[in-house]
Parts: sequence; C-alpha cells; structure tokens
Amino acid sequence: ANFRAVDENFFDELEETLIAADVGFDMALKISDELQDEVRLTNAKSKKEVQNTIIEKLVDVYDRAGNGEDNTMHFAQTVQPSIFLLVGVNGVGKTTTIGKMADFYKKQGKKVLLAAADTFRAGATEQLVEWAKRDQVDIVTGKGSSDPAAVVFDGVKKAIDGDYDILFVDTAGRLQNNENLMRELEKMKKIITRQLPTAPQEVLLVLDATTGQNALQQARLFKDSTDVTGLVLTKLDGTAKGGIVLAIRQELHLPVKWVGLGEKVTDLAPFNADQFVYGLFKDLI
Amino acid sequence: MAFENLTSRIQTAMKTMSGKGKVSEADLDETLREIRLALLEADVNLKTARNFIKQLREKALGAKVLEGLNPSEQVIKIVNDQLTEMMGEKAVPLNKSTKIPTVIMMAGLQGAGKTTTVAKLANKLKSESNARPLLIAADVYRPAAIEQLKVLGQQLSIPVFDEGTDNDPRKIVQDGLAQADENKNDYVFIDTAGRLQIDEVLMQELKDIEKIAHPDEILLTVDAMTGQNATETAQGFNDALGITGVVLTKLDGDTRGGAALSIREVTGKPIKFVGEGEKVTDLDVFYPDRMASRILGM
Ligand SMILES: Nc1nc2c(ncn2[C@@H]2O[C@H](COP(=O)(O)OP(=O)(O)OP(=O)(O)O)[C@@H](O)[C@H]2O)c(=O)[nH]1
Ligand SMILES: Nc1nc2c(ncn2[C@@H]2O[C@H](COP(=O)(O)OP(=O)(O)OP(=O)(O)O)[C@@H](O)[C@H]2O)c(=O)[nH]1
Ligand SMILES: [K+]
Ligand SMILES: [Mg+2]
Ligand SMILES: [Mg+2]
Repeated sequence: ANFRAVDENFFDELEETLIAADVGFDMALKISDELQDEVRLTNAKSKKEVQNTIIEKLVDVYDRAGNGEDNTMHFAQTVQPSIFLLVGVNGVGKTTTIGKMADFYKKQGKKVLLAAADTFRAGATEQLVEWAKRDQVDIVTGKGSSDPAAVVFDGVKKAIDGDYDILFVDTAGRLQNNENLMRELEKMKKIITRQLPTAPQEVLLVLDATTGQNALQQARLFKDSTDVTGLVLTKLDGTAKGGIVLAIRQELHLPVKWVGLGEKVTDLAPFNADQFVYGLFKDLI
Repeated sequence: MAFENLTSRIQTAMKTMSGKGKVSEADLDETLREIRLALLEADVNLKTARNFIKQLREKALGAKVLEGLNPSEQVIKIVNDQLTEMMGEKAVPLNKSTKIPTVIMMAGLQGAGKTTTVAKLANKLKSESNARPLLIAADVYRPAAIEQLKVLGQQLSIPVFDEGTDNDPRKIVQDGLAQADENKNDYVFIDTAGRLQIDEVLMQELKDIEKIAHPDEILLTVDAMTGQNATETAQGFNDALGITGVVLTKLDGDTRGGAALSIREVTGKPIKFVGEGEKVTDLDVFYPDRMASRILGM
C-alpha cells in the first residue's frame, strides 16, 4: 500500500494489518473507524501527515484504555525488599526475563536475589542457576522436587535477613485453565504477603508476542488469581507484533511494563508506546 | 467480545433469513461473514480464512443449500466437512526408515515445546514398541537446555548424548549419530535450540544439521496458542528445511487453535501429534475432525 491514496482501500488494508498483528477483529475495526474519522478531521494528506496522525491516535487509544495507569515498576516504600513475582503460561519467557531484569537492577546498584520456585519442570532450577551465575547475583533453590511454596518462603526470608533490595520469584509455567495450578500460584503469592504485607510490589504476567487471541483469556484468569500489576511482552524480536495487548489494556487496564527483544541478557527494554504502535502497522508503509 | 460458538452464530444468521421467506445469496454472505469472524477469533490466519470462505461459498451454492429445508444445518455440515478435509482427513504416523536408525529432528520457535516433545515421542516409541532411542542434545544456547533433556532421559531411562556447550551443534550431531550406530539405537532424536525463522545464522545451522543427519522426519513444533503469525513462521521453517510434519503443543489449554489450519494450509504438511500437557505421557495422535470442532467452538 502507499499513503498517496488515503481512501476506503487504505483503511481496509489498515484493518487487515491490525488483524494480522493479533489486535483482534473488534479492536481492529474500532481503531480503523476512529482513525478514519481522525484523518478526515485533521485533513491529513501526505504520507508523513497520515503516519503521524495514526501514531498519535493509536498511542491515544492505548493510553485511554489504561485509564492513567503508569508503566513504571513499583518498589517497597520502606527499607525492605521489593518482591517481583513472574507468572505466565508455559514457555513464554519468565525465567529469561528474570535473568535480564536481575542484571538490569544489579547494574543500578541494587542487591538482587532470585528464588527458583519452578520446582516442576525438568532443568528449570538449573536454568535459573545459570542466569544467577551470569548475572552474579544470589539465588535460593529447593532440593529436588520440593514444594514451590517452600522455596518462596525461604526466598522471602533470605531477602529480609540478607538486606536485599529486590527478590525475583520465578514460577513454573501453567495454563490459565488449570485450576489446581492456578490455586498453587495463589498460595505462593499468599506466602509472600504473609511475610511482608505490602509485597509483592509487582506481579508481572509474561506474554509471548506470538500468542493470538488466547492471551486475553490468560490475562483475565491470571489477573483474577494473582492481581497482576503489569505485563512483559516477550519475543518482539520475531515477526509477531503482540497486538493483543491493546485488547488486554482495553478490557483489563493492564499496562505493558517491559518488552523482550531476544535471548541475550541485554535484550530487554522498558515498554515504549510509540515504538510499539509503529511496529503494529509499519508493514503498511 | 461475546464468546459464541459457531453453531449458534450460524443459526442466528439463518434465522434472520428465514423470516424473510426465500433465502437469498446476500443472506448466505451474511452467514459467511459470521463464519469468517469465528475463524479469526480462533486465530485462523486472515488469508487462510479468506480462502476458506471462498471455497465454502462455492460449495454452499453448489449444494443448493438456499433451496433446502434446513439451510443452517446444511451450512454447518459443509463447514465442518471442509475444515476436517483441509486439516488432512486422518492421522499420519511417524516416518520410519528401512534401516536403523530412524532420525527425527526437531525445529521451531523458542519455547514451543520441542524438548518436551522429544521426551514424549521417545517414551511412546519405547513403551509401545520396545524401541531403543537415543536423544542428542544439540541446543548449546539456552541455559540448562542440555540439563533439561538429561533429566527427562533419566526419568525415562533413555540415553542422552551430549558434549556440553563448547562444541558446535553440527559436530555434536555427527558424534551422536556415530554413537547411535555403535549402540544400534533404532531411533535418534535431535533436540535443537529454539530460533526465529528470520535468524539467518541459526537457520543455516539447522540446514547444515539436516545435511549431516538426513532426517527421516523433521518435526516443526508449534504452540497451539499462536496467533496470526503462525503462517509466516511455518512457511519460514518449511522453506528452509522442508519439514515433514508438525506437532501442535499445549492443546490442554483453552485456545481454539486456529493456527493448525493456517499451518496446514501454507505447508501442506500433516500435523502428526498433539501435546496435551507437561507430563511425558501427555501426547496424542492428531485427529483432524476433533481439531475442526475445536476451532469452530462446536
Ligand atoms: N527470541 C526471543 N526468545 C526469547 C525471549 N525471551 C525468552 N526467549 C526464549 O524463549 C524460550 C523460553 O524461555 P523461558 O525463559 O525458559 O520461558 P519460561 O516462561 O520460563 O518457560 P517455562 O518455565 O517452561 O514455562 C527460551 O528459549 C528463551 O531463550 C525473547 O524476548 N526473544
Ligand atoms: N501445558 C503444556 N505445556 C507444555 C506442552 N508441551 C510443552 N510444554 C511446556 O512448555 C514449556 C516449554 O517447553 P520446552 O520443551 O522446553 O520447549 P522448547 O521448544 O524445547 O523450548 P526452547 O528449547 O527454549 O526453544 C515447558 O514449560 C513445557 O513443560 C503441552 O503440550 N502442554
Ligand atoms: K510460545
Ligand atoms: Mg521458566
Ligand atoms: Mg528445548
């Protein structure tokens, strides 16, 4: 497509581009309609003008859907560890994200601790141990197939006793419709809160950008069980766009706080709405 | 976004028609739009959905559903049949080499379920037909990927060949195959690292491994929750490697799994197995008719 012809066709293509980015049919239609009005209103004609209008409008849609939530990380107010719990379905990038974030905060001078509370998946503890080694941060692990709740408890205790600034808790991947595993997760969160009433400061739901409409259901059910505070959108270095977070923000008001851009320790960035929105429709240009 | 299943949607659309006496072509198109929407909500790729609807329209007109007594039931049947047919009719078993070993190579995006699937398939072959598989740990990139495979191998009493993370995966595969020859293993599984289909360096590595190992089966492992991008990914891997089959994982979730249709359409390769959980026994052969009903929410 080209922007010379900003006509009906153009908006059909925009709609399709948004659907192809996993924004979802309803959301794509809504956005396309709003943009059509906006472009007419601002009388945008040149490619550059239309592009700017679209970015502004889409960022606006994103912000409005959030009702003013911020996408910054929240820390403990008093001298006690901040606890960040990472949750999500299988294979989305929870453990890797912790590996990246631990390095990010360590470089800011924070004293960081990891808790390997995925005691279920083969090699999960070893994976986080390897990240702890790379990041040169401390880690609490369980013995064999111990209860994940016990690892969480030990982690929180060590974080308090050892004057750590941040504790990251890695959890096993679980599908949101698995009620037993969702209850187990709730229990892990309660163990944290029992030890430190204002913790966890963040419950981050990790979403894989390649996921389609099911991500909305993931967000719903994880939010129900663990009061998710924000999203991490991983694997944006691939060809998938992660457009479903627009629908998630619209319905659940969950802001994206971080994006994953690869497998290396530095492949993590704070979410940037402009860049994300540009990525959604850059194929149209 | 109301979650309606397709049956009720089609019935609603058809009901509005029947009030108007004779059902027109425009009414049919209204129904087809509902079907297209349901496919998109199930994550069927936009282009795949479009092709599907086009074929469906021709079939529906050809079958003269507009003149029949119960157009909605007829349309539902045609949709279901067409979907089942497109998905490949019946289950296709694993390829088997005439002389041992049969080599099975995994490929796919990060976190799709390759390593878990290797354990599941090897376990199935071992327990159902007394096979003696060897698993080659050729993922030297993901932290503790080798450890993961070794733990699974240990649980199943299936040997795992590894050379740590210092050697090149090509060399590891070569040495692993030599070991399989020596030990007369009848199946060899090559667990490869997850990668993006646009990662040229890592895709070249897979092509090289393919040349070294001459696999009888190259299984693309795909997460059933994948969205619109499934097409691009599947095409990328298929173009580079000529995959022989697909494994669809994480079907124990509540996703509709429309990616299955898109992958099948762009690669033409059969979906052979589905993953239905994290345990090594959570594997089933693929049933096209079940998948069709699932995508349609029926
Ligand atoms: N390309 C890319 N790969 C990623 C990214 N984040 C994670 N990965 C890869 O995705 C795969 C899964 O990552 P993990 O961190 O193990 O995911 P997880 O959510 O902890 O998985 P489970 O614990 O098994 O549920 C690994 O191969 C990671 O290297 C990313 O941003 N981009
Ligand atoms: N619920 C469910 N989880 C699965 C299934 N198959 C795999 N998993 C989980 O998905 C996650 C990723 O599986 P892996 O086998 O490590 O995936 P992979 O493709 O080898 O990942 P990389 O090597 O990092 O690319 C793990 O948590 C597995 O337990 C399945 O069918 N259902
Ligand atoms: K995935
Ligand atoms: Mg993990
Ligand atoms: Mg693996």
